[in-house]
Amino acid sequence: MNAVAAEGVWKFYGDYPALRDVILHAEPGACLALIGRNGAGKTTLLRIIGGFSKAGRGQVRIFGNDPRETGTRRRVGWIGHGISVYDELSALENLTLFGRLYNLTDPHKSAMEWLERTGLDRVKDGLVREFSRGMRQRLAVARAFLHQPSVLLLDEPFTALDDRAIAVLQRLLREALAEGRTVVMSTHQLREALELATHVALLNRGKIAFHGERTAQMVADPGWVYAHYDEA
Amino acid sequence: MDFFRQTLVIARKDLRAELRTKEAINASLAFALVILVLFSFAFDPLEEQTREMSGGLLWIVFAFAGTLVLNRSFAREVPNDCLDALVAAPISGAALFMGKALANFVLVISVELVSLPVFGIFYNVHWTSQIWSLLLVLALGTWGLTVIGTIFSALTVNIRLRELMAPLLVYPMLIPALMSAMKLTMDLIAGKPLGGENEVWLRLLVAFDVIFTALSLVLLETVLVG
Repeated sequence: MNAVAAEGVWKFYGDYPALRDVILHAEPGACLALIGRNGAGKTTLLRIIGGFSKAGRGQVRIFGNDPRETGTRRRVGWIGHGISVYDELSALENLTLFGRLYNLTDPHKSAMEWLERTGLDRVKDGLVREFSRGMRQRLAVARAFLHQPSVLLLDEPFTALDDRAIAVLQRLLREALAEGRTVVMSTHQLREALELATHVALLNRGKIAFHGERTAQMVADPGWVYAHYDEA
Repeated sequence: MDFFRQTLVIARKDLRAELRTKEAINASLAFALVILVLFSFAFDPLEEQTREMSGGLLWIVFAFAGTLVLNRSFAREVPNDCLDALVAAPISGAALFMGKALANFVLVISVELVSLPVFGIFYNVHWTSQIWSLLLVLALGTWGLTVIGTIFSALTVNIRLRELMAPLLVYPMLIPALMSAMKLTMDLIAGKPLGGENEVWLRLLVAFDVIFTALSLVLLETVLVG
């Protein structure tokens, strides 16, 4: 069974089709890099996969289930454009809050563990609004990984990250992939993404222009997919 | 059991965040107190007529001051895209709504409980004569206000002019609840007990609360995700 499957997905904004008959899948343990130019529909597709909005036509399945089912949501981790943590709460309070929402056995312990793994344990009681951008991003990463999701959906995860945060995220993603978790990430940072990816999908004006395994050629020349499959 | 636990987690989060910033509650309390004090200078508080209309005045102040708190309810989730994290979390829309409504209720009723003694002093009204009945009406009216304010806060969360749109949508919806609460409050302040003549207003207020709470619990998921 596919970890993530999009079957004939269409999405309309008014009359404009932002996604056109998208067919996509990712097997358990795969890392799918979703690439495409601005406005190609990457974020729209990820948001439908994550259950944040509904497809106009077609359907999305995560391990065969609807993304909005409670059991499915428990298995999905999300990093979007925003950090999705509260400025008014401390780092520890934020992670404990999400630990409780995901019904973890010991939310405080899990929160402490992820603060350590992301190098934020020394500032656990500091309010997020006092954090630097890099620290905030690392906290967002900790929040997404906190409940050990089977599927990670990452929307431009490397954008605006400092070197340390990129290193933390790459390490955690490698560990997640080694543990058999599935990663779907949209990105413009081809080099970082293609290093991790096992598969690549190129979106062009809402349509899948290429979907296949990542090859050594793509890593050597990150612009290769665009050069061969993207209609400018 | 999950529903109640998740409701409390959301309510505690909202209350903690508000108590740290005091953005909404300070504005709401200041608004309520200033309006009550200013209006007391416009009327002669010794006259019977003033006491008769004071219940209405009280609820108009509560409705406007309450909106300042309620507008912030889902708007608080917009910075950093926190709403995405809540929508992605395995909690029901009903628990999310109830948690937010509960936190809003605590904040709005706190403002009201501070405003009541000020109202009594400046309008020379003996509002404590039927205090338990008055608190019941206050709770029912505030719950109605909270439910409508919370659901419309969710509905307008992605609208750029939400601070303008939410009150425009909320006040017309609130008319039955506000009318009931005003009438009951006026009667209680005038020394009439609950029941008898005003029972129909009490029933209307309870029905309003029950119907809109049920609708909101069912609809929040659709409002947020479509």
